[in-house]
Amino acid sequence: MERKKTIVATASLAGCFGCHMSLLDIDERILSLIDLVDFNKSPINDIKNFTEYCDIGIIEGSCCNSENVHALKEFRKNCRILISLGECAIMGGVPAMRNGIPIRECIEEAYMNSPSVKGHNPEMILPNDPELPMLLDRVYPCHEIVKIDYFLPGCPPRADLIYSALEALITGNEMKLPYEIVKYD
Amino acid sequence: MSTNGSVIRIIIDGKEYLSRSGVYLIDVARENRIFIPTLCNISGVKPRGACRMCTVSVNGRYMTACTTPVSEGMEIKTNTPDLHDLRKAILEIMFVEGNHICPVCEKSGNCDLQALAYRFQILVPRFPYSFPKRTIDAENPLLVKDHNRCILCKRCIRTIKDEQGRSFFAFRKRGHKLEISIAHHLKDHLNKEIAQRAVDVCPTGALLKKESGYNIPISERKYERTPIGSEIESLKQSVIGDQ
Repeated sequence: MERKKTIVATASLAGCFGCHMSLLDIDERILSLIDLVDFNKSPINDIKNFTEYCDIGIIEGSCCNSENVHALKEFRKNCRILISLGECAIMGGVPAMRNGIPIRECIEEAYMNSPSVKGHNPEMILPNDPELPMLLDRVYPCHEIVKIDYFLPGCPPRADLIYSALEALITGNEMKLPYEIVKYD
Repeated sequence: MSTNGSVIRIIIDGKEYLSRSGVYLIDVARENRIFIPTLCNISGVKPRGACRMCTVSVNGRYMTACTTPVSEGMEIKTNTPDLHDLRKAILEIMFVEGNHICPVCEKSGNCDLQALAYRFQILVPRFPYSFPKRTIDAENPLLVKDHNRCILCKRCIRTIKDEQGRSFFAFRKRGHKLEISIAHHLKDHLNKEIAQRAVDVCPTGALLKKESGYNIPISERKYERTPIGSEIESLKQSVIGDQ
């Protein structure tokens, strides 16, 4: 009897897609992974909505706006196991550097005052379309919004760390954590 | 009680060692190739016992190894599961107390705080992040002070001094606003060599030298392949191997 494949979904919230790139860094091992795994909602295959309940959800990036929070809650609802992948998902990372700065100051810097926009926004318009997600008061690590089951640090997490975690989850064996693969940068 | 300097017998992790009384426990352990993690301690400088990383069990009581002189009959445990968890918790508190964003830090890979977190394999702190509002001070022509990363260990204050013994650094403000400052009356004497020493003695990226950074390639950084403390422990293995 053919063994049922593990279904994996991934998302990039307030992140840079570096963690997804690192997933691809597992090189030829991706072939053996494909034998074990099917991807559901993910930027890798461009599936936009969940089509079934998933075994593993992998979250890259933190929550900086209302859309991120919505997406993260959807993942929690549709995945049995959720993994925070990378520094942003775990502690806010680079986006969290805005946490000490008032939002108005951030937006004004981005759209009115920074050298690259000075003179190009003469009417001093700030983005105000109701379709745009609202920025949160600060950047939130994923585990402060929903329950997260596992954490894989790194910027990006080493490919070996991601592979070793997925392998352990799929096979049920204990995860190997050699010194070289747990890094924060 | 034995007088300072007399030979005494102590037990560390079930093994008997000889030492001179009055020597700090951390130094006895280091001499005997036993690694006890530290952050605020520097060999040869009066200990402060600030970070509590070196907490060990002495006759069943928790004490800091850097401030405790050894005496006859001490029974010391350096690495019980409780102590391991306590140290891990202390590290996690330090990470949530400041804004330690390793991906954008120049000290990453050479940072003692980060290296200890690597050694303890901290994947996520158990405490909520506090994201305090802190400043970066680049007023000095040679040094940048990033208060987001300072753990207030006082290492710079205690070691970087002029020939008259005056500290180049000091604490200012109080309570949760406490931060390091560069002494105004000495800042003209702060030269490149002293600035480099200050950067080297800082266990995090709170003190950085201007006009240089990312000098060491990623694969050659201090804690890239070997955990902090392995230089102490590896000697132990080679000594045993020689016998």
